[in-house]
Amino acid sequence: MRVPMTEYLLIDLDTERWICRVCAHDFGDARGNYKEGTLVYDRDPQEIHPPVIAPEKYEFTFSPDPAFCRILEFYCPTCGTQIEAEYLPPGHPPTVDMLWDIDSLREKWNAHGGNPEEVVNYGPGENAEADLSARFDSVAPHAHSRQNEGH
Amino acid sequence: MTLTTDKFVPTSGNADASQLLTDQEQQWVDKFMDETTLFLGPDPAIMRTHEIMPRTAYEEECIAQGIDPLEVDRIRKRLAGALDEAFEMCESMGAAPGAKWADLSCAVYTAEGDVTYLSNRGVIAFSAVLHHPIRYIMKNWKDEPTVGINPGDGFFHNDSRYGMVHNTDQSMLVPVMRDGIIIAWVGATIHEGENGACEPGGMPSGSESPFDDGLRASPIKIVEKGHLRRDLLTFLQHSTRDPKLMLADIKVKMGATRRIMDTVDRLIDEVGQETFVASLRVTVEDVETEVRRRIAELPDGTVTFNQFVDSTLKENILIKFACKITVTGERMIIDLTGTGPEILNRALNSPLASTKSFMSQAVLSYWWPDLPRSTGALSPIEIITEEHTWADAGYDAPVGQSLQASFRGFSALQSAFAKMQFSSPQKYSNVVAPWFNQINDFLWGGTTQNGEQVGNLCADLNGMGGGAKAFRDGENAVAPLFCAMADLGEQEVMEEEVPFLQLVSKRLVRDNQGFGKFRGGMGYEMMVASRGTPSWGFMTVTSGSKFSSVPGMFGGYGCPTYPLAMVKNINIYDIIKKDPSQFNLSMERVMNEQPFAGGDYQSGHMGLQFDVAKEGELYMIAQGAGGGYGDVLERDPELVVTDLELDRISAHVATNIYGVVWEADTFVVHEEKTNLLRAQMRQDRISRGKPYKEFVAEFVQEEPPKDLLYYGSWGQDNNEELLATHWGKIEPERVKGKIKDLPLIMVPDRRVLKISKLEARVRELEQKYGEETVHKS
Ligand SMILES: [Zn+2]
Repeated sequence: MRVPMTEYLLIDLDTERWICRVCAHDFGDARGNYKEGTLVYDRDPQEIHPPVIAPEKYEFTFSPDPAFCRILEFYCPTCGTQIEAEYLPPGHPPTVDMLWDIDSLREKWNAHGGNPEEVVNYGPGENAEADLSARFDSVAPHAHSRQNEGH
Repeated sequence: MTLTTDKFVPTSGNADASQLLTDQEQQWVDKFMDETTLFLGPDPAIMRTHEIMPRTAYEEECIAQGIDPLEVDRIRKRLAGALDEAFEMCESMGAAPGAKWADLSCAVYTAEGDVTYLSNRGVIAFSAVLHHPIRYIMKNWKDEPTVGINPGDGFFHNDSRYGMVHNTDQSMLVPVMRDGIIIAWVGATIHEGENGACEPGGMPSGSESPFDDGLRASPIKIVEKGHLRRDLLTFLQHSTRDPKLMLADIKVKMGATRRIMDTVDRLIDEVGQETFVASLRVTVEDVETEVRRRIAELPDGTVTFNQFVDSTLKENILIKFACKITVTGERMIIDLTGTGPEILNRALNSPLASTKSFMSQAVLSYWWPDLPRSTGALSPIEIITEEHTWADAGYDAPVGQSLQASFRGFSALQSAFAKMQFSSPQKYSNVVAPWFNQINDFLWGGTTQNGEQVGNLCADLNGMGGGAKAFRDGENAVAPLFCAMADLGEQEVMEEEVPFLQLVSKRLVRDNQGFGKFRGGMGYEMMVASRGTPSWGFMTVTSGSKFSSVPGMFGGYGCPTYPLAMVKNINIYDIIKKDPSQFNLSMERVMNEQPFAGGDYQSGHMGLQFDVAKEGELYMIAQGAGGGYGDVLERDPELVVTDLELDRISAHVATNIYGVVWEADTFVVHEEKTNLLRAQMRQDRISRGKPYKEFVAEFVQEEPPKDLLYYGSWGQDNNEELLATHWGKIEPERVKGKIKDLPLIMVPDRRVLKISKLEARVRELEQKYGEETVHKS
C-alpha cells in the first residue's frame, strides 16, 4: 500500500521506503528523514527573488539578504523535481521536517480499508479533488496493479 | 506577578515540628494574606492555561436534566444570529478604523469564561483569548466588596498581560445573571488602535519598556448597573490621544453587548435557564471531544517548522520561532522549545496567551473551520513553551508589537498542518501553503484637517496575499490571516477623516509572488503622502526585509522581502501640480529613476518608528505575498504567460524561474521549447545538487555567522540550548545556555553604537594626523 504523504513523496508501507511520486526514486527508510535521499543546493535567495529597486543604490530591495537567508533546494536525484525549498540562515542545519510512525500509519490505513492513492484528496471542495496516484504509474500503467505488489 | 505567599511547606525529614502551623494558624495566615494582597497582577494560574474549566456544580445540575442535541443546535444558531448582528453594529457604528473593516469580534462565554460561540465574521483570536480576563474577574472581583458583579455591569480591559491579542484592542465583557448568579458572559472586542503608547496607533514598534506599550487597563468595571462610569471613562480618555474614539466605541460595545443580551434573555425565557447553561457547556465540551477525534485521524508522527524573524523593528537580527508538533493517537503536543529569548527593550515579545490566541486562530480558521468557534478547540492540545522566550514573554518585557511573535504562532500551526493533514483521507480544509503573516501597513498619527488628534492605521493590513493551494493559485491581497472576511476600507471615505492621500493604492508589484506550481497570492504597493496638516507622521511595524517572512510548501518558494522606501525633502503635490505627467508613480520608477530633484531617496527595513511626514513626502511599501505550492517547473506555462502579459511577473522570472519559452509579441507558449528548457533545468538541478550528507558536511556550521545577531537554538538536536547576542560591553558577544542561565537580553540604541563607531574613527584620524585634542566626556 502506498500513501501519498506530500505533493511529491509517498510512503510505501510494504517496503517502508520514501518514494518519489513522480519517478519512483527511493529516498530511503520511511521511518527516517527523506531529505537524506535528496540532492541539495544552497541557493542565493537573490537569484529567486529579484530586486525591484536598484541594489546598487539601496540596501533593501525586495530581495532577501544572502547573509541572513539561504534557500536550500531539495531535488529528487532521478527526476530533478524540487520537492522542498527551505529558507534558512546560512549554516543552520536543514530541518528534519517530518518523521512518521509507520506502524501507526499502517494500522490506520488497514482500519480504513481504502486505497490511499484513491481516497486521499486536497480537501473539501470540488476543485480540490485530485488524482493522487503515483505519476510513474500513468507512464507505464500496465506495470502496476495499484494494489500491494509483492516486493 | 501575583504577590501572594505559598503555603508553608515543612522541609522534609528533620523539620522542627514547632515551626509547623496548625490548621487554625494557616487559616489566619491565608486570611491575612488575602486581605493584604499588595497587587492583583496577571495571575499565572489563569494566564498560563488554555484548557476549558471543569464543569461547575451548577453546570452538572443543568446537564443532568437532559440534553437534546437539536435544541442545543437551535440555541447555538440563535446565538450565532445575535452575535453576527452585534458584529454588524460594531462594524457600522464603530469609530475605530479597525471596526469598519471587521477587525473585531463578539462572543458568548460560559460562566467560567470558556468561549462557547463566536460571531461568524471577525477576528477569532480576539474572543478566543478572553477566558483569561473573565477568570480574573471571577476570581478577584466577584466577591470583592469594593467591586462585585451585578446585572448591567460591564468590564473593560486592554492589557494583553491579562489576556488580549495586543494592547490596541479593548473589550466589553458583560455578565448574564439570574438570581444573583452569573450563568454566562457576553462580550465584544474591537481593535481600537490608539492607546496612548509611546507612538500613535497603539502598536508601537519603538516600545522599549512595558510602560511604552500604552494603556495598561487590567479588567475594570467601566459600566455599573447599566451606566457608564464617567470618572473611569475620563481617565481612559485622558490616557490616550483620541478621547472621542474612546467614548464612541465604549458606547458601541455597550450597544452591541446589549443586543446579544436581548437574544440571550429571550432564549432563556423560551428554553429555560438550565437548558441555556447546559447548551453553552456541552458545546465547549463537544468541540473538545471532536478535536481529539480529529487529532486521532491525523497520522502519528512529528512535523517541525522553524521560522526566522529578521528584525526587532529597530535593528536587523535573526530570532527563531521554533515549533515541533507531535501527534500520538488523540494527543497533540506543540513544542516551542528552541524559540529565542525575549528581548527586554524591544517591542517584538508576545505574552503566552497572545501567542496561543493565534494558535486558536489557525485551528479554527485553517484546520477545522467548520467547528463551533470555542475554547474547546485549543483546549485538548498540549503546548510547551519556555517563559521568558519571545513567544512567552515575562511580565517585564515590552509587548507593543507582540504580533511579531504571535503571528508566528499562527504560521507555525498553519504551515505544519499541510504536512500533517496531506495523507489524511478526511479533510476539513484544503492543503494550503503559508499565508502571508506581516501587517505591511502604515500606522499614522497627528492632527487631522478637522483639527482632531488621532492615531491609527490603514486598512491595508487586511490585504495579505493568500497561500497557494494544492490545486490553484493563492488569491491576491485577499484577507489577513486573522480574519477571513475583512475589508480594505474605502480610501475616499478615510481621506475625509485623515490628512493624507494614497497616491498609489492596490497596484500589484511585479514579481511579488511566492513562485510555485501554484503561486501565492500577490501583494500590492501603496504610496502615501500627508497633506493639509500642521503635524503628521507615519510608522511601519513589520519584519521581513532581509529574510522572507513565509516560505512555500512542497518545493514552492516563499515571499520576497519587503523594503520601506521614502522620498524625503520633496512635495509631491507641488511637483504633480506643475507637471501632471509626474503623476506616474510606482515604487520601482520613483526609487530607480529618482525623478524628483532634491529628493532624499531612502530604503530601510519595515520597522519605522514614528517619522514626521512633511507635506508631500513620499512613503512607499508593498503588501506581502503568500507562499507558493509545488515545483515551479510544473506550473502550467499558460498560467505563466498570463501573469507575464498582465505584468505580474518579469520576463526574467518567466524564463529563469518558471522555465517557459514564449513568442514575445503574441505571448503564445512554445510548448516544445518549454519542455526542452524545463528538462534542461531539471538536469541542471541534478548536476548542481549535492548528496545530502555531503551537502550537510559543507553547509552546516557549528554556530551562526559571527556577525549575525542570532537568538534561539541552532539546529534542532539540542533545542534547550539557546544562543543569544549579549552586549555585556560595547562589543556584542555570543552567549549560550538554557533560558534560565542566559543573561538578560537587551539591545543597545543603534544611534549610540553608531556614535561610538564614529568617535573611534575620529580618534583614529586624529592620531593619524597628529592632532592634539582633549575630549571631555
Ligand atoms: Zn523523482
